Amino acid sequence: MTQPNYDRTRGLALLTMMERIRAFERQAELAATRDQLVLGAIHLSIGQEACAAGIIAALRRDDLLLSTHRGHGHTLAKGADPTAMMEELLGRAGGCCGGKGGSMHIADFGVGMLGANGVVSANIPIGAGAAHGIKLLGDDRIVVDIFGDGAINRGPFLEGLNWAAVFGLPVLFVCEDNEWSATTRTSDMTAGEGAAARAKSFGIRTEVVDGNDVEAVADIARDLVAAIRRDRQPAFLHARTFRQGGHTYFDPATYRAKEEAAARIASDDPIARQREILLGAGVAEADLDRIASDAWAEMEAALAAAAAAPFPEDGSVFADVQDIGSPELEAY
Amino acid sequence: MGVMTYGGAALEALRQAMAADPTVWCVGEDLGRGGVFGQYKGLREEFGPDRVSDAPISEAAIMAAAFGAAMVGTRPVVEMRFADFALCATDELINQIAKARFMFGGQSRAPMVIRKPMGMWRSSAAQHSQSLESWYAHIPGLVVAVPSTAQDNFSMMKAAIEADDPVVYLEHKNIWANEGEVDQAAPYQWGTARVRLKGGDVTIVSWSDCANRAEQAGRTLAAEGIGAEVIDLRSLWPWDRTAVIESAARTGRLLVAHESVAVGGFGAEVVATVVQEADLKARPRRIGAPRALIPYAPNLEDQLRVTADMIADAARELCA
Repeated sequence: MTQPNYDRTRGLALLTMMERIRAFERQAELAATRDQLVLGAIHLSIGQEACAAGIIAALRRDDLLLSTHRGHGHTLAKGADPTAMMEELLGRAGGCCGGKGGSMHIADFGVGMLGANGVVSANIPIGAGAAHGIKLLGDDRIVVDIFGDGAINRGPFLEGLNWAAVFGLPVLFVCEDNEWSATTRTSDMTAGEGAAARAKSFGIRTEVVDGNDVEAVADIARDLVAAIRRDRQPAFLHARTFRQGGHTYFDPATYRAKEEAAARIASDDPIARQREILLGAGVAEADLDRIASDAWAEMEAALAAAAAAPFPEDGSVFADVQDIGSPELEAY
Repeated sequence: MGVMTYGGAALEALRQAMAADPTVWCVGEDLGRGGVFGQYKGLREEFGPDRVSDAPISEAAIMAAAFGAAMVGTRPVVEMRFADFALCATDELINQIAKARFMFGGQSRAPMVIRKPMGMWRSSAAQHSQSLESWYAHIPGLVVAVPSTAQDNFSMMKAAIEADDPVVYLEHKNIWANEGEVDQAAPYQWGTARVRLKGGDVTIVSWSDCANRAEQAGRTLAAEGIGAEVIDLRSLWPWDRTAVIESAARTGRLLVAHESVAVGGFGAEVVATVVQEADLKARPRRIGAPRALIPYAPNLEDQLRVTADMIADAARELCA
């Protein structure tokens, strides 16, 4: 079944990242439901881990990434510290945004993660702009800009793709298509042939991939990233995946049949699929289980550390707003 | 020193900033040919098309792309063509640019100048004439510049480009050709007003082109023996509360005049601040446009204008 030249090292690394993302998301969910420590909405990426792991494996550390409200997985894959991320979800001082952004604005500029965005589609032209800045500065970094299928119905999708194509910018747009626009089926709200057809209409190189096949995602991402780095032109990847849970952790997803999600989870879970590939390649099941249990232990420790961490100083609400007319001096 | 136009002064400040710092660049519709009002004339020839970039008619993308480029270390000057069109990029300015530094915990800056030519000109109707400066003063994270003279359009443009904060830079499009002496070495400090006229009887606070009308009113009043102290705020965030409060406390009378709609306008902020801090001899007044839409027909348009005569009349009533 497995190809003779199968790269087990890469396959294991991809599985490890997916297990870490899932464990992070499960711990975040526990932090919200069991511990009542996450007070705001969080949007989990369970079932979509192959997109984060496969795409970001193709990037250098100094490449840039922009993400969405469902951005924990992307941020972790780019190299952010899970304890700092968990602290951010819990609004703690040591969070990667000092507790000021929370889940929906999670960012770690130190690893090139320029922020999740709470406004659907907004990160698309901003990502094009980051690539525009790189072009002006003249270095060889690239930008990956990940958004959901709901984002293709807002204007910034059109404006951002057009911008990147017109100016010839080094950006990979990724539509991580989980089939749901919040709690509405995207296909019911989208005219025409959808994301890939729209991207192609701008003359942008466009690929479609099974977004739950992490090996396929990693392969196409490697090719696209290499092409963008070489040619300094945008590309578009439509990755088809499936959101296993609700829109937020507290959304029971009553708008779709339980059987529908159960069947998809049983047949098309990206982690289960990758485990099958690795078993076929001769990796021992115990080794795969250890990857999962190590990931769980890592994220359990991250949550424990975050739960014990202090909240920000009260006065920091006035810091980092602006230099000129700072609210520290002028707010009242 | 030298005489420059209001528009030409900002152009010269921008030219000097681009020559001094290779990370400064401009982007907007029709910049290649010098901008709609000639604010970028000659820059493309000097700095090339990458640094003086045309753009699709895509305000949201212009604003967002400049923001993305600012986050990676460039200093964009963004042209919105008309302040009215900047509303197409409201999410980008308000939800993204103004908040990025804070919500990312200080990891990011947005050193941007966002130019929005504003105000009533002539028969430009409801979508090309608005003054919405009070909206931006309401948003934490933004600096709001409202220059009214050639000197200030030089000094403040220079300061705006040097600032690490996003500056909403509102030039009044009725006064591009106004001339004035410009001292290029004159210092400028954000949040300091300019006292246009000194006087002891009434304090008149204004900004943007309306400050020119206020000064004209002040000269008329002076000839009648009424001492009007005319204060041009120059920036609405931060704004010079100290100067205004000190002056109003001294004259005991306060009038605020602005071209924008009076209801919910920044004049209300000025009045509210002063009455909390100073005892006045008369009830303070504000004059602005009625809460009506700007029409095309010149006689209807004139009904919404705040004129020097109106400002002088209001001041006389206050002093009566």
